[in-house]
Amino acid sequence: MTQYLLSVWHDYDQPTYPDDATMQQAFAQVDAFNTRITEAGQWVFGGGLEAPSSATTVDNSKGKGLVTDAPLAETREQIGGFWVVEVEDLDAALALAQDASAACMGPVEVRPFQSE
Amino acid sequence: MTRAEHETGTAHEAGVARVYREEYGRCVATLTRVLGDLSLAEDVVQEAFTAALTAWADRIPPNPGAWIVVTARHRAIDRLRREAKREQKHAEAVLVHPPPEPEEVGPVADDQLRLIFTCCHPALAPEAQVALTLRTLGGLTTPEVARAFLVPEPTIAQRIVRAKKKIASAGIPYRRPADHDLPDRLSSVLAVIYLIFTQGYAPSTGAELVRTDLCAEAIRLARLLVALMPDEEEAVGLLALLLLTESRQPARTDPGGALVPLAEQDRSRWDADLIDEGQAWVRWCLQRNRPGSYQVQAAIAAVHSDAATAGATDWHQILALYDQLLTLAPSPVVALNRAVALAEVRGPAEALSAVEDLDLDGYYLLQATRADLLTRLGRAREAAAAWRRAGELTANEVERQFIAGRIAALE
Repeated sequence: MTQYLLSVWHDYDQPTYPDDATMQQAFAQVDAFNTRITEAGQWVFGGGLEAPSSATTVDNSKGKGLVTDAPLAETREQIGGFWVVEVEDLDAALALAQDASAACMGPVEVRPFQSE
Repeated sequence: MTRAEHETGTAHEAGVARVYREEYGRCVATLTRVLGDLSLAEDVVQEAFTAALTAWADRIPPNPGAWIVVTARHRAIDRLRREAKREQKHAEAVLVHPPPEPEEVGPVADDQLRLIFTCCHPALAPEAQVALTLRTLGGLTTPEVARAFLVPEPTIAQRIVRAKKKIASAGIPYRRPADHDLPDRLSSVLAVIYLIFTQGYAPSTGAELVRTDLCAEAIRLARLLVALMPDEEEAVGLLALLLLTESRQPARTDPGGALVPLAEQDRSRWDADLIDEGQAWVRWCLQRNRPGSYQVQAAIAAVHSDAATAGATDWHQILALYDQLLTLAPSPVVALNRAVALAEVRGPAEALSAVEDLDLDGYYLLQATRADLLTRLGRAREAAAAWRRAGELTANEVERQFIAGRIAALE
């Protein structure tokens, strides 16, 4: 079994959802997806994130303890939420990502965790 | 070394090289199943072939593939034991669970099929799928793959290494896809084989018109796929399409190496055996009656191959097939080819207006088709301009010379 990060990316220059009803629909779909993968024993962890404007970047790699009021990557596309799932292989992870992407109405990136 | 000895040595090496081409893919597929690791499988199969050069000095064994698999397996076990000794934490595990013994008469066909789907996995970039398929299933060496695609060798080597790393780290499985994934995954395999063929048939760069080795390799892979999945109509359709296209190869260039268009080809030079085989597969597809885009393209090629002369071509049937193809797989390229048939059935004027709307401005064949239709409509000046535009859009030397000839004929 391998653990995969399924991350959702949004273009934060655009509204994530066109209207409130669509947003509510996406939330309901994601809830249903979460329930399903929890019952299937594939859920490890997951959640939605507050907007990138709420992000703080810390860099203590050179011992200076720098704190910056911004996300690290200066791109429009920012992570909006993620799941960690545990499944047999990439095919299974990609199948989950298809459903996840449809549920949250955004593209989903799939990355394997390093094995120990 | 005497001359006789040298010749024997060369014949011996050629014999081993032949076995390599025939058995490499199958051996790697089997070892990949046993070891669960494509890179390790390739390494030990390679080592086994090196050992074979000496071990087979007297004669090549009756079942060379089995010899390679057994030898490679022993190498793998040795290697895993050595690594286990180095890394104490793994030592126990390997001693408790020794590498599984492979079945000597294993389901080799299944192994190869699994490996095809791994190499053509959509999580790998198309150019990586092609390189990996030619390397692992076709048994082409990295320099051979590089030459075939006119790409520097380190680029291909890096592409293959990256692909193998991703297979291992991302957990791309070695197995036949689940039934609900099969249509998508199969179409990805078919696309790789088709791409290998077209790169051989109409190289986008270079001095030759055709790279026969790539065409032959694509046909070999298509045959393998049909043998492994005999019920997949589209796999059969692809094989038929490649055979029928390949059958025209001898007539596509004149003795001077210049390009000869379909209408002007000497059809007595078409390969009758390939046509027979391709047409038999097309008939098989028609009986199954589950059409797909490769099958319809094969049917179009079959209609062409039925005509003893260009004038005898059944253009009505070809137009009907293009209409079907446009429904199955709508694309501007299909619409362009349909326009060529349309010109034969309803005249060049109607075909030209169908072509002018297509969003294919940078496509060499669009300009070539426009030029041809304009010529037939007597609009020589516009035709020459279209040929010149076509010439700017191809880097293939044979095609450029053909275009230069057409422009000269108009002036």
